[in-house]
Amino acid sequence: MNLALLNPEIALVVLALFVFALDLVWSNKRGIGYVTIAGLAGVAALVAGQFGLNTTSFSGALIVDNFAVFFNLLFLGAAALVVLAALQYGEQFLHWRGEFYGVLLFATFGMMFMASSGDLIAIYVALETASISLYVLAGFRKHDPASGEAALKYLLLGALASAVLLYGMALLYGLTGSTNLAAIGQQIAGQAGQPVTLLAMTLVICGLGFKVAAVPFQMWAPDVYQGAPTPVTAFLSVASKASGFAVLLRLTTSALGPLQSDWQAIFTALAVVTMTVGNLAAIPQHNIKRLMGYSSIAMAGYLLVGMAALAAGGAPSILLFLAAYTVTNLGAFAAIIAFSNATGSDEIDDYSGLASRSPLLALGFGFCLFSLIGIPPLAGFFGKFYVFAEAVNRGLIWLAVVALLNSAVSVFYYLRVVKVMYLNPARDTSPVNVPPSLAVALAVTAIGVVVVGVGIGPIMDTAVAAAQVLR
Amino acid sequence: MSDPLVTLVFYGIAAVTIVAAIGVVSLRNIYRAALCLVLTFLGVAGVYILLNADFVAVMQVLIYAGAVTTMLLFAIMLTRSPGSPRSNAANRQSGLALFAVLVLVVLLVLALGTAVWPQTAPVAAQSSVDVLAKQLFTTYALPFEIASVLLLAAMVGAIILARED
Repeated sequence: MNLALLNPEIALVVLALFVFALDLVWSNKRGIGYVTIAGLAGVAALVAGQFGLNTTSFSGALIVDNFAVFFNLLFLGAAALVVLAALQYGEQFLHWRGEFYGVLLFATFGMMFMASSGDLIAIYVALETASISLYVLAGFRKHDPASGEAALKYLLLGALASAVLLYGMALLYGLTGSTNLAAIGQQIAGQAGQPVTLLAMTLVICGLGFKVAAVPFQMWAPDVYQGAPTPVTAFLSVASKASGFAVLLRLTTSALGPLQSDWQAIFTALAVVTMTVGNLAAIPQHNIKRLMGYSSIAMAGYLLVGMAALAAGGAPSILLFLAAYTVTNLGAFAAIIAFSNATGSDEIDDYSGLASRSPLLALGFGFCLFSLIGIPPLAGFFGKFYVFAEAVNRGLIWLAVVALLNSAVSVFYYLRVVKVMYLNPARDTSPVNVPPSLAVALAVTAIGVVVVGVGIGPIMDTAVAAAQVLR
Repeated sequence: MSDPLVTLVFYGIAAVTIVAAIGVVSLRNIYRAALCLVLTFLGVAGVYILLNADFVAVMQVLIYAGAVTTMLLFAIMLTRSPGSPRSNAANRQSGLALFAVLVLVVLLVLALGTAVWPQTAPVAAQSSVDVLAKQLFTTYALPFEIASVLLLAAMVGAIILARED
């Protein structure tokens, strides 16, 4: 039992408590936000120091390896950018700032343990910590009925998904006599032929499928994405999804390794429907947050292609995709927040002529949308390229073709937003004022989108190092 | 469960639990539905006792049948009039839900009915409290600690959402 391994997580909880306490005595809510960002940077430094450690502790419940470090840095980075974007999100939001930061940190805490737990019970408790914090965050705009509706829908469906996941976990425990992922992996091979083993695996995948918004467990996503405060939507779409995939990757490679052909079939089917439903449903949307909701479902579909192609050494492409997607989506949401702050609207039609009203905002948003489409040399292209290439390498050529066709469909609705911004005449010609913190967030992510794309080599090396521990 | 009497008791408890659970979702008066929930919780506690999980059974009675339902009833009384006959909201999807539940039940019965569970050597009888306590502070120390943060997050969240601006 090595307590020092927990330093980043302990520091994160201390930071959350500090932020709550600071909120009581300091009325400068924006200042508290900067303290939170500085604290997150400190925690990230602690996490980065664990790179290459590759050790376990607490009877296998805690795994500190490169995989965990990769995901934890992803969560912390996303949290910091979300705080930056939330600093100047709507005026009524200000009143609740200190609590907002603290609950966001609790959610991040839960996600960090989701990526670094090797025990079913620890994974479940961590997942609940993240989920409950996210339910609260989704309902944070208390004066807005849509926000309350989002929180309630997320809570009810999330509780159902939790129950399904927990039932699957209980069956896994019954079949193997252990909650430790590695021990389950050794025992499950002997149970592989039983229907109940398949049932347990399916239930676990269903529960986690909710977390990553895979079809048919996606019904919550559009409503919650639209109703939740936009910074929370951004956090949901990247960090929550990434944490779900972190657990899926760990479970499938260590605990369910012997059942590879079975879960491969499940992920293949899920990938096809998730991509297709996500992309087709995105086409008629006229609210930008809802569009991003369906877009994130489609992205989950591409990631599931990666899961279906997951074989020895196949995981780096998924990690790379998640990194690229995180940067890109956070950028897009920073732009959406900036626009809705200035105009109070999330309707795509209101983006008309944004290029002439605020050229830099339109350019940054355009960059992110092109990256989501997957135009080289932006980050999104390499994410999709490696995932699809992995599918081809594993002989799933038809799946890669379906993914490419879906990608082609997605060009339509992403480009429509670009078209509205650049070609449609502006109804209102007043410039859109972008506050400094949002400008920084947008600049950081837009530069990140380019840098991840151009400097793909070292990032791929990191992803490969992180995924090595999975086998 | 080799003793026929134990089997009989089990089926009795199971029947009560299931009927009460159906009452929770089908009764139109929310106050009665909540009282059915108490019965469901007690039935589950009975199943725990039959499984020799004495500590879990006591906790089930104390926390779920006791604290949770008391709070639930208070919440109902404080927020709406319990006398109203249709206070438990319903929608037109009960048919679909019934179909889904039946499919799930068939799948579960087929899968669990044919399941062969790995057997371990029988252990000497001992109080489950000792075993649980040891596990909680050794093997499961980390989840135990994460759970404390979970409760803190839930508490803070509840206050944020319930507090008046």
